[in-house]
Amino acid sequence: MNSYSGFSLFRNALTGHRHWSRAWRDPVPKKHYDVVIVGAGGHGLATAYYLAKYQGVKNVAVLEKGYLGGGNSGRNTQVSRSNYFYPESGAFYEHSLKLFENLAQEINFNVMFSQRGVLAICNSPHEMELYRRWANAIQMNGIDSKILSREGIKKLIPHINLDCRFPVYGGFIQKRGGISRHDAVTWGYARQASAAGVDIIQQCEVVGMDSSDSRVTTVHTTRGTIAADKFALCVAGHSSQLAAMAGLRLPITSIPLQAMVTEPVRPILHTCLVSAHIHVYVSQSDRGEIVIGGGADLYNSYAQRGGLPVQHENMEALLELLPIFSRLRLMRQWAGVCDMTPDVSPIVGKTPIDNLYISTGWGTGGYKAIPAGGDTLAHTMVHDQAHDLLKPFQLDRFETGHLIDEGAASGVAH
Amino acid sequence: MLRIKCPWCGVRDQTDFQFGGESHIARPETPEHASDAEWANYLYFRKNPKGLHYERWVHSYGCRQWFNIARDTLTHEIIEVYKMGEQPSTRSDTGKANKK
Amino acid sequence: MRSRVDNPARLSDGGLIDRNKPLQFSFNGVNYTGYEGDTLASALLANDIKLVARSFKYHRPRGVFTAGEEEPCALIEIGEGDARTPTSRAPMIPLVQGLITNSQNCWPSVNFDIGRVLDFTHIFWPAGFYNKTFKWPSWHTWENLIRKSTGLGQALTGPDPDHYEQVNAHCDLLICGGGPAGLLAARTAGRLGVRVMLVEQDQSFGGTLNWEQVQIEGKSGHSWSLNIIDELDSMKNVMLLPHTTVVGNYDHNVTTLLQTGQGTAWRECFWTVRPKKILLATGAIEQGLIFPNNDRPGIMLASAVRHYLNRYAVVPGRNVMVATNNDTAYQTVFDLARKQIAVSTVVDIRTEVSEEIRQGMADLGTALICGVRISDTRGTRGINKVSIESLDGKIMGSHQCDLLAVSGGWSPRLHLLAHARGKLRFEPASQSFLADTLPPGFTVTGSAAGCSKLTDTLTDAIRKTNNICSQLGFTGKHATAPVVDKDALGSTKTVTAPLNSGKHRQWIDLAHDVTLLDAELAVREGFVSVEHFKRFTTTGMSVDQGKTGNLNAIIALAALTGRETADIGTTTFRPPYVPVTLGAIAGGNLGEFYAPRRYLPAHTLHQQLNAHFADYDWQRPECYPRAGETVEDAVHREVLAVRQSVGIFDNSPIGKIEVRGTDAAEFLNRVYINNVLTLKPGRARYGLMLNENGVIIDDGVFVRLSENHFLVHTTSGAVSRIVAMMEEWLQCEWSHLRVLIDDITTQWANFTLAGPRAREVLNALGTDIDLSAKNLPHMAMASGSVAGLKARVARISFSGELSFEVSIPACTAQHFMQTSLNLGQAFGITPYGIETLMVLRTEKGYLHVGVDTDGSSTPDDIGWGHVARKKTTDYIGKRSLFRPANLAGDRKQLVGLEPLDSKQSIPVGGHLLPGTEQQVPVRTEGWVTSACYSPNLKRYIALAVLAGGRQRLDELLTVFDEDRRIAVKVVSPLFYDTENERLKD
Repeated sequence: MNSYSGFSLFRNALTGHRHWSRAWRDPVPKKHYDVVIVGAGGHGLATAYYLAKYQGVKNVAVLEKGYLGGGNSGRNTQVSRSNYFYPESGAFYEHSLKLFENLAQEINFNVMFSQRGVLAICNSPHEMELYRRWANAIQMNGIDSKILSREGIKKLIPHINLDCRFPVYGGFIQKRGGISRHDAVTWGYARQASAAGVDIIQQCEVVGMDSSDSRVTTVHTTRGTIAADKFALCVAGHSSQLAAMAGLRLPITSIPLQAMVTEPVRPILHTCLVSAHIHVYVSQSDRGEIVIGGGADLYNSYAQRGGLPVQHENMEALLELLPIFSRLRLMRQWAGVCDMTPDVSPIVGKTPIDNLYISTGWGTGGYKAIPAGGDTLAHTMVHDQAHDLLKPFQLDRFETGHLIDEGAASGVAH
Repeated sequence: MLRIKCPWCGVRDQTDFQFGGESHIARPETPEHASDAEWANYLYFRKNPKGLHYERWVHSYGCRQWFNIARDTLTHEIIEVYKMGEQPSTRSDTGKANKK
Repeated sequence: MRSRVDNPARLSDGGLIDRNKPLQFSFNGVNYTGYEGDTLASALLANDIKLVARSFKYHRPRGVFTAGEEEPCALIEIGEGDARTPTSRAPMIPLVQGLITNSQNCWPSVNFDIGRVLDFTHIFWPAGFYNKTFKWPSWHTWENLIRKSTGLGQALTGPDPDHYEQVNAHCDLLICGGGPAGLLAARTAGRLGVRVMLVEQDQSFGGTLNWEQVQIEGKSGHSWSLNIIDELDSMKNVMLLPHTTVVGNYDHNVTTLLQTGQGTAWRECFWTVRPKKILLATGAIEQGLIFPNNDRPGIMLASAVRHYLNRYAVVPGRNVMVATNNDTAYQTVFDLARKQIAVSTVVDIRTEVSEEIRQGMADLGTALICGVRISDTRGTRGINKVSIESLDGKIMGSHQCDLLAVSGGWSPRLHLLAHARGKLRFEPASQSFLADTLPPGFTVTGSAAGCSKLTDTLTDAIRKTNNICSQLGFTGKHATAPVVDKDALGSTKTVTAPLNSGKHRQWIDLAHDVTLLDAELAVREGFVSVEHFKRFTTTGMSVDQGKTGNLNAIIALAALTGRETADIGTTTFRPPYVPVTLGAIAGGNLGEFYAPRRYLPAHTLHQQLNAHFADYDWQRPECYPRAGETVEDAVHREVLAVRQSVGIFDNSPIGKIEVRGTDAAEFLNRVYINNVLTLKPGRARYGLMLNENGVIIDDGVFVRLSENHFLVHTTSGAVSRIVAMMEEWLQCEWSHLRVLIDDITTQWANFTLAGPRAREVLNALGTDIDLSAKNLPHMAMASGSVAGLKARVARISFSGELSFEVSIPACTAQHFMQTSLNLGQAFGITPYGIETLMVLRTEKGYLHVGVDTDGSSTPDDIGWGHVARKKTTDYIGKRSLFRPANLAGDRKQLVGLEPLDSKQSIPVGGHLLPGTEQQVPVRTEGWVTSACYSPNLKRYIALAVLAGGRQRLDELLTVFDEDRRIAVKVVSPLFYDTENERLKD
């Protein structure tokens, strides 16, 4: 595997880029692995990477029914942040953000993590009180956040319409938050995992599972039957289906979340802007496109196809806050399938089936959790015990009632 | 945008309606006797199928009546609309919709 | 303005332009002339302007490549000031008088662009180069340097001066495309009475009939189309929408259109159509060829050359060469010949062409070289030389030319099908993707369905339209296809040449500057799945969504990986088909129309009283400042007035739900945590409602008006939510209960008269209700008349004072309040607002759901655990209260706080740290939920939730608020009149 650097790019340029090697191998599946991970999205690949690189488990396969990074990992709006209310969430996502900060070096792949700040604004005096509660909670968690006045917001985003129908009262920013390139994250993890010995097997759909004595023994795939000692499901958008193959039922509802981008324009928006009240989040990518997200269609769907009402709502919300974008044009819209839990927090760790682990329920925000999700799930699988950061995010919380409902406590939907 | 046929008012845009989740979930007869697991199962655990889904909607900006539909969650095709308290005539044994 | 020959590239006659209507326009500051009927592209070409734009990544010189919406190169900024529109496709811009246009993505000018340095150093910027470098010390460091050069057009910074409209429509049949197939389909269906919408993105209907030299039923294609349009225009059941693009297809075939206005009050109109059937008569897009330096100005699609020639009488070049892999490009040679423009050479990749073509070329004196391809082109600002080679790479000399017409085959426009999740299949003969499985309601016809002959197209359109009409229930005399007397060269049969591996770059995607080198690199690095390939090279991700690039990319990928093209698959086209103005999607739903405002029935009177309004879902007075008063001053004065004499508060938004029926009491007993069954008629009770998770969703006072008739009060923001919740339980779970629910919130206005003298005011207003404490004690209600109005009077208090809630018909609100103010003057009546009420209730520790509670609060958290536990029967959410998490001892409970320094305010949203020395980060103990200055107690007070708070009275804590720290003491949340003496009489 070539090392990526400015120097190697220069050297390869002189030889017409003919000497770059494959980013990842294309192996034939073996009959048995120590660990089989279903789903080569960000979480599956990161889990494989941390297993192989840090947990000493190299006999790992990642099975992907399509092509790696082709699900939600490649459909999201690329925001990373750790501005969570509950200490449990804060600790987990802060771990992820810290891994993101060093990810390009870690995996020798520029994921273009741009810490331009994630600004949450509020549009009523009551909301401002809740945001103060939220922003202070983040600081209590030891994570950076700064409450901003209207003037402070105007300084960051000069074109914002502070006096829109629901005037902006203030907000807060996590300066270390930002956006990165989602494809780069999955490709970078895939490349390093593959180099460390992980078999990434694409076009390999899991169609069934065999189990005995509360253990999964093999998975049946479109490329043959594969046995393993331990299995992990990292299949955002299809968790219920895969879990059902193992006889497991989950507290998950899958709904479509839309994202859209405009034609590229020269840089004009330098911060990720989020408004929960005027439901929209927006940033400008390094290609110049304005990336817009917002409300989800609130019904079960696997169609990866967004509905029209949300498109209208998002645009109305965006132009209410940033009327300068009125003449910009929408270039593409698409949708991802989000696995939502009742408390909108993830479920990561062990399942009632002894050797089956799961990473699901990432809702609309799994992208930012990729490094920590992979790191902690790898740890959990090796030690057969939930990583400390994952303990609050176990499946049994729905029985005990220990829900981690960020939206409930901060009063703000996440 | 889904076009949903309210059994009382006729076909209307999705924006007239609100989604109420999976249908036919039985509330424990005597909740105080339900175990934590049974209660969690009632509250949170869902079939979430890829394919035929029995679900309930309410015509919020119309007659305010609840009703059931059988809808394919992959294609969004609505196979059947039926009233509250009724059972669907389509079955999902194979995960696929069988028309009457 | 310099003088020059006008329209040097315009023929002296012909075309569909109106030469009597010259139009002035400017391009890069120079004035030019075009004609009515021109597009910006045809007018630029007529003025011999070849270099019009710079490319996205390498800033290569670019010209007009196509004549349609698929244009990947001629992306121009039009307009000026706040009405600028960057990245407009020149072939789609109708020329209008005074049009101002400029090149973009270039500096200092389009003719000399510094950015081209990226082209000369291109070897350092292959696809994905940024993933391999700029990692140290961090991307953000480099980003600031690099980011400036990203983007394409210049963003606008001012308000949009234009307006946008939206229309909703229904039809039986939506026909997408007004070319020969679409027109014929519309006429066929229209004659049978089908409600048809015919949508054409061009300003004029006709499609290829406007520029292909064909004859139908003895007429030219153009005049045949005009006849049909005339007939369609006369049909009431047919709606014609020219200059409108079908942009997206959504669930259940709801389809969106974008209409461009001209001379209208709106700039664009966004249509949402709900058709029963959709017919795609969208035609096909000609593709380019991959060869070295295939991106120069003067290289143009062969069909586009015919389009400019025949429709606009514009000759984009005088010294023309053609390069093709199929027959259709030869039509360009014949059409040019008819205008006395000789094509010097045709280069055909195929080794064999038909004898007819061979003879035709010989007759015209055009050299035909088969089995060859282009090995390079020259010319910086416009092509001037083409080199050719054999397919095995043998140099075969070069030719001068100023226009190279290329054809790489045809790709049907099936984007809408992809939006609807239809499947495509690859057809090797035409090297293109055709419809395989059609989504419900879809039909594809004409060249979109792979017809290459006009006769086939017309026959296909008739047959399929007849089918659709039958399905829709329209039968009658079915039409037969018109006779085509003369067709253009039709066969789209084609082959793909082996890729040239020369050292020059070959563009796959002109819009995103993706070259074969990038493709090779992608394959070398293993990005061989079509989606990986797309994302690695960014092919098809530009503003044109790869309309002329995707097929090239798939063919190149197949060739580079040794796979069959059919096995590569396609990427998914996403809506919209062409970029859509955000303003059009938002329409008029902005500003005041973003969300309607709700006004109180007595709004005018509040205005007259100088109310300070705020948006609480309703526009509500916060307080009524007098001259010279701040909001704080006014609130203090009003608080004191209520405590000392009497105040009047407009409480009309309070939720009022009537619940009736023989099972009303039973139903409410399941909804409230409180015992409803024991409540006596005429009496009221404060109640809490939970959701099934055991979380408090609302509180309020409910009244038993009679045995089977209740009035439920909710918080003002919750009423529709609570009504919906009740309906859901009644209809879905407890359908056997005989209960009716009625939201009467807006039928009744509601005023609170609060304060020691409230009873006197009410008596002064005149009432037949006995207001004595004996007859109407705290938590009782009576009906009767007040001030001559039908009224309900309840003794409920949210201020801790003697308080009467008077409900009167909403239409009498203004009258009632005015009368109360007049007659209450003697008792010192003072109008007070919601901010004042918040101080009053905080002094009493009265809970405000949603402020002092959140989405995790349970009855026990707010001190109502005994009620929730004591009730033996089931109610919504009860079971959840007995889960381990709900029984834990460290739950956050409602407490009061007092600052140690009484002059220090306590910020709402501040968090609680144990003791006075604690540093952060530390686990939060709770947070402040409400706070105010109490004018009665003359100090700051606050409500908070605190872990295990009820056991922690008198403990000292620190409130953490960013840079502030405030030492506080935990106290009971009841600050004022702790024995509730003031409510007794």
